[in-house]
Amino acid sequence: MKNNKIFYFVVILIVAIFFVLLLGLKEEKNYPPQSDLKKINNSISLKELYSGKNIFLNDIFLTNELNLINIWASWCLPCKAEHPYLINLNEKFDINLIGINYKDNLDNSKKFLSDLGNPYDEVLVDSDGTKSIELGAIGVPETYLINNENTIIKKFIGPLDQDDYENIINLIKK
Amino acid sequence: MKKISLIFIILIIITFHSNISFADKKKNIDHITKNLRCLICQGQSVYDSQSDFALSMKKLIRIKIKEGNTEDEIYNFLKEKYGEWIVYEPEVNKNTIFLWGLPLILFIFGGLLIIRKVSIK
Repeated sequence: MKNNKIFYFVVILIVAIFFVLLLGLKEEKNYPPQSDLKKINNSISLKELYSGKNIFLNDIFLTNELNLINIWASWCLPCKAEHPYLINLNEKFDINLIGINYKDNLDNSKKFLSDLGNPYDEVLVDSDGTKSIELGAIGVPETYLINNENTIIKKFIGPLDQDDYENIINLIKK
Repeated sequence: MKKISLIFIILIIITFHSNISFADKKKNIDHITKNLRCLICQGQSVYDSQSDFALSMKKLIRIKIKEGNTEDEIYNFLKEKYGEWIVYEPEVNKNTIFLWGLPLILFIFGGLLIIRKVSIK
């Protein structure tokens, strides 16, 4: 009788564990980006693409109410796809657009901008990718909308599309 | 002659010391990167991965160690940026207490069963 009880207990336990693991399999395993309302490290400094001058993000953020940081590279195809949205944003809205060039050949990045147009108010260089990690990026392209208190209002992982573009416009107009 | 020997000994000590501290730093970087999840190729640790993200992460950790940051400070910095998910070894908190406690409970339960079986025999 006692042995039977243990047997049933073990069977129920195994079945329960099986279902827990089965449910676990259905769960999304990809990295869920930590997105909204995070302060960014404003003491980061990067070199400007054309002048080579060292620029602190803090200095840029303080002078502008809204800043859009776009991490991009000339070797990144999705960056080409989102480029027209950035050009439109720069032309039509009063927003400070900062491009961070990620692990790129400087000549290629300059050519990229001269061929496709330069939507950025500042183009900064992150040659080894460490500054982008300090900003919380995992790759290119990524775009962050940041206010003058260094708070990330919205993070866009991957290339901007029409929905993201409209989302940014709504956030700018707020 | 004595002076030359003294200089020679000092040089050996300096080389030996710098080799040891380099090995310690390397060991520390390896230890930290093995406990970090590569967010691009999520089945691999930052230590194993050769993705751009992992390479930059290794470089950043090297810089942070050089700046004098401790292991915990580096983990906290990265958790703040990427969330708890970036570390393989989660902290003990109310969400992970079951995860940490279950093996111990099973171990104690199994041990008690074995002791009972042996004592009955």
